Amino acid sequence: MRYSVFSLLKNSLSGHRNWAPAWREPTPKKEYDVIIVGGGGHGLSTAYYLAKEHGITNVAVLEKGWLGSGNIGRNTTIIRSNYLLLGNNPFYEWSLKLWEGLEQDFNFNAMVSQRGVLNLFHSDPQRDAYARRGNAMRLDGVDSELLDREAVREIAPFLSFDNARFPIQGGLLQRRGGTVRHDAVAWGYARGADSRGVDIIQNCEVTGIRIENGKVKGVETSKGYIGCKKLGLAAAGNTSEVAAMAGMKLPIESHVLQAFVSEGLKPYIDNVITYGVGHFYVSQSDKGGLVFGGDLDGYNSYARRGNMPTVEHVIEAGVAMIPGLARIRVLRSWGGIMDMSMDGSPIIDKTHIDGLYLNCGWCYGGFKATPASGWCFAHTIARNEAHKLNAPYRLDRFERGYMIDEKGVGATPNLH
Amino acid sequence: MLINCPYCGPRPSEEFTQLGDATVQRPASNDPKTMDQWFDYVYLRDNPKGRFKEYWHHGGGCRSWLVVERDTQTHEIFGVTTARDFAQDQKKGKV
Repeated sequence: MRYSVFSLLKNSLSGHRNWAPAWREPTPKKEYDVIIVGGGGHGLSTAYYLAKEHGITNVAVLEKGWLGSGNIGRNTTIIRSNYLLLGNNPFYEWSLKLWEGLEQDFNFNAMVSQRGVLNLFHSDPQRDAYARRGNAMRLDGVDSELLDREAVREIAPFLSFDNARFPIQGGLLQRRGGTVRHDAVAWGYARGADSRGVDIIQNCEVTGIRIENGKVKGVETSKGYIGCKKLGLAAAGNTSEVAAMAGMKLPIESHVLQAFVSEGLKPYIDNVITYGVGHFYVSQSDKGGLVFGGDLDGYNSYARRGNMPTVEHVIEAGVAMIPGLARIRVLRSWGGIMDMSMDGSPIIDKTHIDGLYLNCGWCYGGFKATPASGWCFAHTIARNEAHKLNAPYRLDRFERGYMIDEKGVGATPNLH
Repeated sequence: MLINCPYCGPRPSEEFTQLGDATVQRPASNDPKTMDQWFDYVYLRDNPKGRFKEYWHHGGGCRSWLVVERDTQTHEIFGVTTARDFAQDQKKGKV
């Protein structure tokens, strides 16, 4: 059933007791054309676009926990396409274009809010770097505006403009950037995929990958063996573990990233704002809580929780940027496991095993990429070749020397 | 996390910086034929879930390089040794 104002009215008359479930709970078939490992944002969007764009509907998404229990529900909900490098910019801009039409496309309210993403700068060299990035964006047809101090003050008067060491000199604004209700993205893609025939199988952990003569045959799972012609991995922080079942060692480390939400406040911060001195970014949810985060904890981790020094560091950076935050109480904090790649950019590619495809390395930028990641991964799986948008995200780029390193720190994942 | 530095005693983790896997060996040769080994050493990771031996630098203390054995799922620390002792144990084949 399509959601609309009429379906809402109709169901309100019966006290909202007759809504159909948004997706089925199927038992696994013996074999599928495509199996996707990972029922998070990227896995579900891949299944959705496989069905919608390529007509491949005999698809299963296997999720070891519940749908959307990973990073799709643990991020800070920011979308943007303000990258410098050519490999990244067209891909993330395509993602932003998909976000712009997403709710009509999958008929689900994902609360896409293009409230603008503002990156602050605090020195002349930083202004130059931001101007360069803004110009690179414009060359790729992406909107960007370099704001001076007074223009920033109009948008966000509460910032610490006159900090003695790091006064705010301006900012780079992408007005089309913003936030999205992250859980609704998982639900919307799940419902859209399910209605096109995709089986979403929850509580189904993959425990082995069966490969014969260099070709994928199927997966062993906690619900038994399931055969497949093609297998796509979208397991985020657990990618190394899953790939090891296929005998692969990847350029990936798993790290914990923490995020925080404050008590609910009246409307205060209209945009997404990022600090140019420390690593800190903040926006305000529609419920009123300030959603914010900072750097990785800095050590390999599969725990979905971090340590106190990072909490302290993030909140110090926040108070340095917005002194008024000092009186606000933190409601809760959590961690997610990031699949950190060796150049800070993702991998969407085929592998040396026939029928095995890989989608990983999202570092902590995976949420904004959800639509384009699924779109490109579906294309790669369906056609057995990369789309030009994900062609730079090859697995062998490290070996061949074609890194896409936005930050320029090399193979040190805890610094990306 | 508290790291029990052999020189300074138990110290909070923010005094330290983590580098990564301590068990991998830097390739000895610069011969282009060994580039596979270099690729493996620089870019590929075992990325274990569970016990992990890793380098930590006590930059906010005695500035020693240490090897910490830690569980990446629970953050429990099992043991700390100096990188020097660890390397010597590695040479003797004890690690």
